[in-house]
Amino acid sequence: MQVQEDAVSSAEEQDKWLADAMALVQHNAFYMHRAVDASNLRDALKYSAQMLSELRTSKLSPQKYYELYMRTFDELRQLETFFKEETKRGRTNADLYELVQHSGNILPRLYLLITVGSVYIKSQEAPAKDILKDLVEMSRGVQQPIRGLFLRSYLSQISRDKLPDVGSPYEGEGGNVMDAVEFVLQNFTEMNKLWVRMQHQGPAREKEKREKERSELRDLVGKNLHVLSQLDGVDLEMYKDVVLPRVLEQIVNCKDEIAQYYLMDCIIQVFPDDFHLQTLETLLSACPQLQPTVDIKTVMSQLMERLSRYAAASPEVLPEFLQVEAFTKFSHAVVEVIEAQPDMALVGAVSLYVALLTFVLRVHVDRLDYVDQVLGGCVKKLEGKGKVKDVKATKQLVALLSAPLEKYKDVVTILKLSNYGKVMEHLDYDTNRVMAVVLMQSILANNTLITAPEKVDGLFDLLKELIQDSEGAPSIDELDEEDFKEEQNLVARLVHMLVNDDNEQMFQILIAARKQFGQGGPKRLPFTLPPLVFAALKLVRSLQNEDLPDDGPVSLKKVFQFLHQTVEALSVVPAPELALRLYLQCAEAAGVCNLEPVAYEFFTQAFMIYEEEIADSKAQVTALQLIIGTLQRTRVFGVENRDTLTHKATGYSAKLLKKPDQCRAVYACSHLFWVEEGSGVKDGERVLLCLKRALRIANAAQQMSSATRGSNGPMTLFVEILNKYLYYFEKGNTQVTSTIIQGLLELIVTEIQSENTTQDMQVDAFLANTLRYIQFQKHKGDSVAERYSDIKVPS
Amino acid sequence: MKTSSDGIYGWMKSGLGAFVAEPCLGYGGEELCPRRLGAFCSPAPDEADFCGVSELQSCVWNCCYGRFCIVVAEFKMNYLYGAFGSPCTVSIDFVDAETRKQASVKKENGQTVLVPLFLGQDSVVGEVRIDPVPGKKVEHTGVKIELLGQIELYFDRGNFYDFTSLVRELDVPGEILERKTYPFEFSTVEMQYESYNGVNVRLRYILKVTISRSYATNIVEYKDFWVRNYSPQPEINNSIKMEVGIEDCLHIEFEYSKSKYHLKDVIVGKIYFLLVRIKIKHMELEIRRRESTGSGPNTYNESETLAKYEIMDGAPVRGESIPIRLFLSPYDLTPTYRNINNKFSVKYYLNLVLVDEEDRRYFKQQEITMYRAE
Repeated sequence: MQVQEDAVSSAEEQDKWLADAMALVQHNAFYMHRAVDASNLRDALKYSAQMLSELRTSKLSPQKYYELYMRTFDELRQLETFFKEETKRGRTNADLYELVQHSGNILPRLYLLITVGSVYIKSQEAPAKDILKDLVEMSRGVQQPIRGLFLRSYLSQISRDKLPDVGSPYEGEGGNVMDAVEFVLQNFTEMNKLWVRMQHQGPAREKEKREKERSELRDLVGKNLHVLSQLDGVDLEMYKDVVLPRVLEQIVNCKDEIAQYYLMDCIIQVFPDDFHLQTLETLLSACPQLQPTVDIKTVMSQLMERLSRYAAASPEVLPEFLQVEAFTKFSHAVVEVIEAQPDMALVGAVSLYVALLTFVLRVHVDRLDYVDQVLGGCVKKLEGKGKVKDVKATKQLVALLSAPLEKYKDVVTILKLSNYGKVMEHLDYDTNRVMAVVLMQSILANNTLITAPEKVDGLFDLLKELIQDSEGAPSIDELDEEDFKEEQNLVARLVHMLVNDDNEQMFQILIAARKQFGQGGPKRLPFTLPPLVFAALKLVRSLQNEDLPDDGPVSLKKVFQFLHQTVEALSVVPAPELALRLYLQCAEAAGVCNLEPVAYEFFTQAFMIYEEEIADSKAQVTALQLIIGTLQRTRVFGVENRDTLTHKATGYSAKLLKKPDQCRAVYACSHLFWVEEGSGVKDGERVLLCLKRALRIANAAQQMSSATRGSNGPMTLFVEILNKYLYYFEKGNTQVTSTIIQGLLELIVTEIQSENTTQDMQVDAFLANTLRYIQFQKHKGDSVAERYSDIKVPS
Repeated sequence: MKTSSDGIYGWMKSGLGAFVAEPCLGYGGEELCPRRLGAFCSPAPDEADFCGVSELQSCVWNCCYGRFCIVVAEFKMNYLYGAFGSPCTVSIDFVDAETRKQASVKKENGQTVLVPLFLGQDSVVGEVRIDPVPGKKVEHTGVKIELLGQIELYFDRGNFYDFTSLVRELDVPGEILERKTYPFEFSTVEMQYESYNGVNVRLRYILKVTISRSYATNIVEYKDFWVRNYSPQPEINNSIKMEVGIEDCLHIEFEYSKSKYHLKDVIVGKIYFLLVRIKIKHMELEIRRRESTGSGPNTYNESETLAKYEIMDGAPVRGESIPIRLFLSPYDLTPTYRNINNKFSVKYYLNLVLVDEEDRRYFKQQEITMYRAE
């Protein structure tokens, strides 16, 4: 609170001081104007000097001082005009130049001297270079930083259009561009010295304030560099031989953090791109010499950024980049800078690499080796550091890893970077996962196909945090379940990106993937293995039509072995339902491939799972339905095997817990004996047996219902069974006769109409539809209709 | 650094010049001038002369003339008496009055007047005109004209030491009834000293016409003129270079390009800072004049600061070199006078003064020789 008050009151004081000074300037300026109007040189000098004396204050902050300076600056412009007129009236410039030096105080004296100097140069009565040299030399007299900076800034501003640059009217007798450069450089050097000196004056506790003030003044210094860059005569040669070395010398020697950072940045911003390109070595060699606390990474990033933009804007300069070995120089510089600044935070080093990588990606897109080199450099830096804990550094690492991904949009390319994975290893667990997700999303978004087994290994190496538990990772239970699922789903989707037209290769890929996934643990397997199974089944389909020897690198048999192992792994997890489904899928595929023993084995496995692992009755129902469906479609089995399997299935059906379930399973089993397509089994008798049994069970269900609730349950099951009857009737199962159907129909109708039965709209509708169907068939007028004619639909 | 009350803060190691520091107050009487330095002030005929020091100087002068006024009154009484009761007017004119150069000289009341200017070997030629009051006649026992070179000293006022005295008889005893003119000529007069108006001393040249009368007092008329002498370019003119300082506090090396300067010369030099451990606020160069009169135990020294010229603002760091360029023309300087007729000397010094943030002054004074160049 106290501090704040102080700050406020001092701000008020500042305003007051400034107002006072302004008033005095105004006052003296008024008399100066009067003297100017009266062409009274003596008075004009007197009042202008008094006016300028206000600039001798030490009380004002740089900002306020600047306001005061600007005010007097305007007045000095008028005085300059007046001096010009004076020379027309016959007073020589040399005279004036001496006259103003009679002023007793140095600051007003020098302001006046510079003002006259400007007129003097313009008159070309004396060589510009001599006057400039004198001015810049005399300005040494002001050693107070703020006053000196503004004075020299005035000099710089006044002399800007009067330098003996190439093509300027002051060239020739007035000197050459070398003199101009010399002048600006000297002024720059002195200004920088003053600026740096500010840092060391005043009490230490005001350091922050001082730094703030200094940064307000930095443009005064930087402007000199801008002037240099504007000189037409400064060509590459001169820049290289004179300007840059001198400026760098000053920057390095001033040993001031703020100045070094700002001025390096200035150089990078004001001079043209091709200059930088041709002097990279010099410029970069200065970087490691800067103070260890300088934010050199930003500086270098700026430079790289600038050059890469240059390369992007004008591709024709690319050969030059190669010629000067821009990349090599940059990467050396990065290493050196990191070495020179041992205190640099890791984030700094990494962001340097990010900048370098960005540069490479923009300028040398085709040079993967460069990219890898950059990553390698970073790995070296990270070596022995283990996982990076620093959040900022991690962020930079992610940027480093994301950059090539964004650029190439192709993970296959990334996989060629041997150091990519090594960098990733240094990410902490969470970030690594995020990165892996990004990688996968990139693959999916860009539809990148991974076509080689070794790529698969490489890829999964990058993703290993996702597909297996690595050391130090938190246990899976701690992970957010949703995230985990999301990630694993991505991994699953990724499997479909592993594609190779060559079967042999494809198989290798699958094996590789399987190997990787195998280490994922029970939580992951249910996500990762199914897609693998389906991929293998896909392979099976493409192998089906090829006649391959069993002992070849890839064969149906081998693929099925692979499938078997894979699914087995799932059943061990345990994920019985999933394993069951997959076994059935495999069995079906094996059936299609005419591999009876294989198919049988798969069924056996499925059945075993059913028996041993699936206890939940609902799950049992579903599982059984799946088994029945698959078995029905699998036609590879001989009579014996088939009997065994169907028998088993039927047996299971009858053992289901709930009667309705039993009933439905049993009538579903009837399909196992009646395969419509091809030369399938058509065992009408056993079909009927199944249906009858279903009826019995339905009946029992009704009775149970009536016994427990006092009313019969809905007639759903009966109607369903009726439909089954009708199906077989239509398909020509001779065992199913119209009489049986008629009987069942009447039974149903009677039951529904009986009072004891619970009414159910759905059942009624179902029945009505069924009846309507029968009517429809009757009136169709084909062979089926004939058979239907015996059935009478009860009204 | 010692902090003894005598204001001397330490001495340099042997072989180096010493640097003296003293508190600002009580230093050389600069407090007399209330005006802020650095303003262009004090009108002077030479428009180049717009240095604040002129004003300071005039302050000093004014107070000096206070001391002279008794002498002045004596002159006036003589003159008035002569004019009032005198039966004639006497005027002295130079033949080349129209063309002769004139020097601007500050008078006792502070005003400047133009006085005919002569060089050391010039002939002084003119005529004396005596106009009797109409209806009166002037009886006299002879008319003579004298050319006198005189030195007056403050502590011995009223006494003139004539170092030159030439006489021309203009008329034999008789009476003057109407205007009468007498031409006179002192050819190639040896006037080896320059005219000088100082604090405690003045050197002047006059023409004195005396109409001697037997009864009444003599009628006397004076005519001042000014004498300047040019010196040749000095054959040896070394630079002044010296390293001075206070041990472990401040070491500087300064250099003035010459040790002898003509009156319109420019002092060029530089100051090189070898060690800076004090917080310097600014640095200035002073031109000081020391007038010594008398000799032995009766020597009076009077110092005045003629110029104060700021040459540096702020605190330099080690290795900094600060340029000096000081034009002498704005200042009212005279050549250096050494032991003029054993009566007085006028010497000039350059005083380099550094002022620190506590207003302590560190200075080093070096004599320079002034001469008048043609």
